[in-house]
Amino acid sequence: MIEKTLKGKPAYWIWLAFLGMFMAVGAVCYARQYLFGLGMTGMSRDVSWGLYISQFTFLVGVAAGGVMLVLPYYIHNFKVFGRITILGEFLAIAAIVMCLLFIMADLGQPLRALNVVLHPTPNSMLFYDMIVLNGYLFLNILCGWVILTAERKQVKPPKWIYFFVYLSIPFAVSIHTVTAMLYCGLPGRHFWLSAIIAPRFLASAFAAGPALIVLISLILKRVANFDAGKEAVNKLVTIMIYSAMLNLFFIGLEFFVGYYSGVPGHKHALQYLFFGLEHHGHVYNNLVPFMWTSIIFMIGSIAMLATPAIRKGNEFILGLACLMLFTGLWIDKGLGFVFAGFIPNPLHEITEYIPTANELGVTIGIWATGFFILTLLYKIAVSVEHEIEE
Amino acid sequence: MDNQRRKFLKIAGASALAGIGAPTLVKLTAGDALAAAKAPADGHGAAAKDHGPEVPAGIRLAMVIDMRVIAAKPHLLDKAITACNEVHNIPDFGGDRKNEIKWLWKASFEAVLTDKSYTRLSKMVQNTDFPVLCNHCENPPCVRACPTKATFKLEKNGIVAMDYHRCIGCRFCMAACPYGARSFNWQDPRPFVKKYNNDFPTRMRGVVEKCNFCSERLALGQEPACVEACEGAITFGDINDPHSEISKVLDKEFTIQRKPTLGTNPSVFYIV
Ligand code: SF4
Ligand code: SF4
Ligand code: SF4
Repeated sequence: MIEKTLKGKPAYWIWLAFLGMFMAVGAVCYARQYLFGLGMTGMSRDVSWGLYISQFTFLVGVAAGGVMLVLPYYIHNFKVFGRITILGEFLAIAAIVMCLLFIMADLGQPLRALNVVLHPTPNSMLFYDMIVLNGYLFLNILCGWVILTAERKQVKPPKWIYFFVYLSIPFAVSIHTVTAMLYCGLPGRHFWLSAIIAPRFLASAFAAGPALIVLISLILKRVANFDAGKEAVNKLVTIMIYSAMLNLFFIGLEFFVGYYSGVPGHKHALQYLFFGLEHHGHVYNNLVPFMWTSIIFMIGSIAMLATPAIRKGNEFILGLACLMLFTGLWIDKGLGFVFAGFIPNPLHEITEYIPTANELGVTIGIWATGFFILTLLYKIAVSVEHEIEE
Repeated sequence: MDNQRRKFLKIAGASALAGIGAPTLVKLTAGDALAAAKAPADGHGAAAKDHGPEVPAGIRLAMVIDMRVIAAKPHLLDKAITACNEVHNIPDFGGDRKNEIKWLWKASFEAVLTDKSYTRLSKMVQNTDFPVLCNHCENPPCVRACPTKATFKLEKNGIVAMDYHRCIGCRFCMAACPYGARSFNWQDPRPFVKKYNNDFPTRMRGVVEKCNFCSERLALGQEPACVEACEGAITFGDINDPHSEISKVLDKEFTIQRKPTLGTNPSVFYIV
């Protein structure tokens, strides 16, 4: 099936070249970082994780979001997802590859990465994260490939594959739960030390993943003549609305606990994110505009999606709403959540984090790599669909 | 089994008693620490566990910092910091907060003892810088978080140690440490080491490091560099040995630890 990636319209090649350009920029930036050290980034002794780990965290969610297609289709036999379930599985593959690349980019000694396997340490959450991420990647490659091959031959997929399809559902939940546990089990980081982190991660994942899939299927409809079907899109939008609302609800609960209890540790990071935190006469508020944009985007997009007239009438507005929701969730989890955990530091001092240009280059390069892989995978999926139709 | 445990404690106590001068004390304690490494294999270690955590088993090295002495002679702390930096080849980035590597440093009372009340602080506390270093926690979150065992606890003496050659630089331990005790080499530190000490390894870029309670000096029978440099302001020794000098200080003085509510049980105590 791989040969399908080698034939395409000029637009397809231009898009790949466009992504390839950013990948090249990313590679050069990474080479610079590799030769000099992580000092090329804006991270510091106080904010020791930055964009790389925050992108990783967000993308684990995108990968887990694919399960919102797999679960209704295979468990509830929800037929209208038939055409797009493969999109969810392939999105998960691309997202996990990005996650692994971001982890590698973040390591101070990348050549020693295998030490995690050579010296397995079951008390570290990173050990489990490695297992579930790689397991989920494997399951999605396996299930996606076997089912697509069967579809192409117009036969039923082999029975044994369903075992792996069902297995991939708890794996999807586990990747994001374990990723939340990287944070919420750390004493002394009050913003992260909250039992609601895992559910909140899952809620935002189940909104962000489907939002991206709807957005992509709207694009595929125009550029690749691939229609996901109105009913499928509508169902996904419903899932997105509920998940995004749950995410907002959880954020609200964090606010309540922090501000009503008045416990400084529970308040500081929220104060920093949304209002600016004062310390020794200086107000630190780098992220405030981002966080309010995020809130406005999330609420605005939910309102747009929930209004039938807007949603059903106009694909452009539907796409815009999905983009807003995705961006809002990205700011919430892919920026604010990780950075604010380090504010204030354990000695109650504040250091703000501003990524460097080189760091942004690596980050964009990895995103481009992910979309490159996604494009190839979707090209295969769409071509197979077209082949069947002929 | 209980008998065996008592015998072990007696040995640890006897050797501590034998050493009256501080260096000898540490020498014997450190020697004991090596002997104790084998002890749990005899079975008494496990027995001690069954009796609950209150029963001290093995050696637990710790430090008591007397802030009254440091308040009176603040230069002692500077001396201790310089000693630690020189012994351990700590790079000097000239106060650059991003890159700085700190094993032992100073900070205000509010910064060090964040969960103590500071509505009204005594003048002494307000005007004195407190030393900060790794607490060699009894229940260290950094060890729990490390995915490669590059950070680990030495059961023989309670020191939380590091293997710079195994560390992958994921910085999970830095996020996990509630005391900000860990530093990362964001770039090659070697050009920034002012005076080389050939007896201690330098680190490469991309790994984490922190105070090691001077394990390398203990092995030679010397006390930690900072303890030696600050002329009695810091007492060092085995707190599981009731007859050690440090136990006597702890019996006599009221001490506090950093963030006791987190359950890490630090091995660094402060007398304020
Ligand atoms: S103070 Fe921090 S680095 Fe030291 S043992 Fe405790 S948790 Fe680990
Ligand atoms: S940075 Fe090194 S010591 Fe710290 S958790 Fe990672 S591997 Fe362990
Ligand atoms: S015990 Fe040794 S390593 Fe730790 S602060 Fe003192 S001198 Fe430095």
